[in-house]
Amino acid sequence: MNHYAAWKNALIVFFLLISSLYAIPNIYGSDLAIQVTGTGDYVVDEVDLDNISTILSDSDVKFKSISIDSRNILVRFGDSQSQLSSKTILNNLLSRNYVVALNLAPSIPQWLGNLGGKAMSLGLDLRGGVHFLLEVDMDAVVSMSIDRYYNELRTLLRKDKLYKKIRKEETFLVVNFKNENLKNDAKKIIKKELPELVSSEVDGSPLDLILKISLKAQNDSKSSALKQNITTLRNRVNELGVAEPIIQQQGLERIVVQLPGVQDTARAKEILGAVATVEFRLVDEKNDVQTAIQSGKIPSGSKIYKFKDGRPLLLKTSVIATGENIVDASSSVDSDNSPMVNISLNNAGGKIMLETTKEFLGARMAVVFIENQVETIIKDGVTTKKRTKTQDIINAATIQGTFSNRFQITGLDSAREARNLALLLRAGSLSAPIEIIEERTIGPSLGADNIQKGFISVLVGFALVLVFMAWRYRVFGLVANVALTLNLITIVSILSIIQATLTLPGIAGIVLTVGMAVDANVLIFERIKEEMRTNKNIQKAISSGYEKALLTIADANITTLIASIVLFSFGTGAIKGFAVTLSIGIITSMFTAIIVSRAMINLIYGGKKNKELAI
Amino acid sequence: MNLKSLNIPVIDFVGRRKYAMIFSAILLIISLASIGFQGLKFGIDFTGGTLIELGYEKTANLEEIRSKLISADFKGTNVQYFGSDTEVLIQLEPQAASSAKLSSSIIRMLGEGIDVRRVEFVGPKVGEELTNDGGLAMLYALIGILIYVAFRFEYRFALGSIAALIHDVIITLGVFSLLQIEFDLTVLAAILAVIGYSLNDTIVVFDRIRENFLATRQVEAGPIVNEALNQTLSRTLMTSFTTLLVLFALFYLGGEVIHSFAGALLIGVIIGTYSSIYVASSTVLAMGISKEDMLPSEKEKKEIDARP
Repeated sequence: MNHYAAWKNALIVFFLLISSLYAIPNIYGSDLAIQVTGTGDYVVDEVDLDNISTILSDSDVKFKSISIDSRNILVRFGDSQSQLSSKTILNNLLSRNYVVALNLAPSIPQWLGNLGGKAMSLGLDLRGGVHFLLEVDMDAVVSMSIDRYYNELRTLLRKDKLYKKIRKEETFLVVNFKNENLKNDAKKIIKKELPELVSSEVDGSPLDLILKISLKAQNDSKSSALKQNITTLRNRVNELGVAEPIIQQQGLERIVVQLPGVQDTARAKEILGAVATVEFRLVDEKNDVQTAIQSGKIPSGSKIYKFKDGRPLLLKTSVIATGENIVDASSSVDSDNSPMVNISLNNAGGKIMLETTKEFLGARMAVVFIENQVETIIKDGVTTKKRTKTQDIINAATIQGTFSNRFQITGLDSAREARNLALLLRAGSLSAPIEIIEERTIGPSLGADNIQKGFISVLVGFALVLVFMAWRYRVFGLVANVALTLNLITIVSILSIIQATLTLPGIAGIVLTVGMAVDANVLIFERIKEEMRTNKNIQKAISSGYEKALLTIADANITTLIASIVLFSFGTGAIKGFAVTLSIGIITSMFTAIIVSRAMINLIYGGKKNKELAI
Repeated sequence: MNLKSLNIPVIDFVGRRKYAMIFSAILLIISLASIGFQGLKFGIDFTGGTLIELGYEKTANLEEIRSKLISADFKGTNVQYFGSDTEVLIQLEPQAASSAKLSSSIIRMLGEGIDVRRVEFVGPKVGEELTNDGGLAMLYALIGILIYVAFRFEYRFALGSIAALIHDVIITLGVFSLLQIEFDLTVLAAILAVIGYSLNDTIVVFDRIRENFLATRQVEAGPIVNEALNQTLSRTLMTSFTTLLVLFALFYLGGEVIHSFAGALLIGVIIGTYSSIYVASSTVLAMGISKEDMLPSEKEKKEIDARP
């Protein structure tokens, strides 16, 4: 009676073969590689492949292979030296239509790749990289829309001189009218032209009208700000050259950015968080800044700005062009070897620039660097947001001749600063300030350490359990060991197939499953031993041992599964990884420890007239 | 079934449960007192703050690092070796203006050529959220388990298993508080895993208690529970032993990052094994379980009759 039907055995073997097959990709290592991807809509093709391979051959860089898939060109290298030098070479020679990123490419044989075999994807803690959680300053988004409506309202009501005064508050506008009639007219116009504004009366002052932005309009502008920020962040990440970045919305006001394998994390942080732009303004040459400061009277149409070192200068309030007009920017050095940024403006910006430089030849034009920052501050248990806006003059140079859409910004402190500014201007500015509220960076050396330590601890733990089980349960122990090994293989193959991310806590989950997976076998074997004491028939002992232990195993495993599902739904990154491997391990262990081990026991003892069991 | 005739050592667990209760009570009181007075040493996941792990080529000079930090006016810093004397862990309490930029400026200040192994920054708001989520996770796990056990067994068993779980969690937390081991997100995950594990053990014992109640004419609960404990004893110890084997491997070889995670599991598994033998079944006995409570509903009865 201890016999599985042939089809049942075949099914088990088939299943185990499949899972072994999909676990195989993980035994191949990975190559150091460079991944070249097109930016925006541009998709790399065979021509690019030839081009890159020629560039690398001409520069005497040795590479193992070069290949192309649907979206990327992948160049594999034997050592990191040639990988890194190729990145520099390609970055310099390829146009900005391409993103060149360092990557690790799994070296899976062709046939396995064709079958869809993939290695497990490693989490940031194993391969190194940066995880950022960014929060968009939504209050700033609202106050920016208030600014916008303030301007629109003034234009709208100005033509019939309907209003007397408009006052801007943090989250609403107050309009003051001369009389009821004008107020009623204005209300009608507002309702028609600016339906996003909701009006309400002010107690005690009947000639005032409060205008708020409707909740729906507020939410719309918040969600569009978030989307726009994600787009800008994606542009910036592309500029940094990262393979397989993750940029995702989380909740209503947060963005997760994960950059695997980034080496220069400080730069990544500077670039991602920066809300910077530039403005071009004329210098007020008619008035003296010192007199303005001493008298406290600032000439109308002008404002005091400062250089980084603190020197003041009077600039005109009207702006010639802003960062929004910039279509391209790149950094280089001038003839004196000092850093500069080359700017290209769009048509509108170029036209204004041409007119301005014609009219004000010989006057000075200043470049103002504007940066918005937001920080969360805790004081006496109360969290508040502190916003700072820095406006520094980068330089103020005399307009030597007329120019339109192409010119340079000089006066930058360092090549690094020039490079960062060019990148930020190129990638576009963020529509609202963001703040990094969580950062987890794992350096490449710790990542490698973690893999090694995780691997060794799985191996040692596994070996210890194997030895113990073989000693304690003899033949049955060996059967349990085979089941345990198959369990480990099945876990790895499932993780590979669903491409779940393996993290260090994930490895801990696997280790724990190894310890717990034998539990099912221990339960069964102890039960068989017990049955043998009361009943001398070994066949009956085996079958009733398995049967009686089954319910207990199910109960015990389901409760653990409940705990790990809760872990999964509440946990963040690292904990999720643990919960995933633990849940998968529990399920696969039920299969291997009950069904697979039974099949083996049946093959060994089933139908034979043994009097003794080696248990 | 007579255990003695089967050469199984019979230990009088039920008879000695008074001593176990006193033992548990002492552990619980010490744990609660330590948690109450000394508190847990929460890591930056919960408090917010900055953590930097640096790798030096030679032995790092902690004094030099400390004095540099102090002269740069950083408050509430903790500098220590991490794993070896070439690796340094710097922890910063949340500063007046906490931002992700702090770590960059510290790394720049400490000089070039240092391997930045790990940087973690948790903003104050995130820390608060993680704490709330963690507490909620614990609560939901307990409720989920309570429902499942009540549904599969009987409410007294559910309460018994929850008593054992709370016992395990408090004592594990107590050890973390007493030894002032850092309590971070991974430790929380470990404690939730302990809940799952300890429950696993408890369920196996309960399952046997129920089975024995149904298989015998004896009505007295004490001997039946004791018999179940003895029957499952070797399994309980075997499984705990294999789990401990792999946990020791993790603890000693898994690296500093999961050291406290493995530590929490080690403590939890040991306590969980003890509690599934003594605490869970004692609670069930104290609440007065009897054979009548075990009588299955009609449907279940058929299933049991169908068993060989």
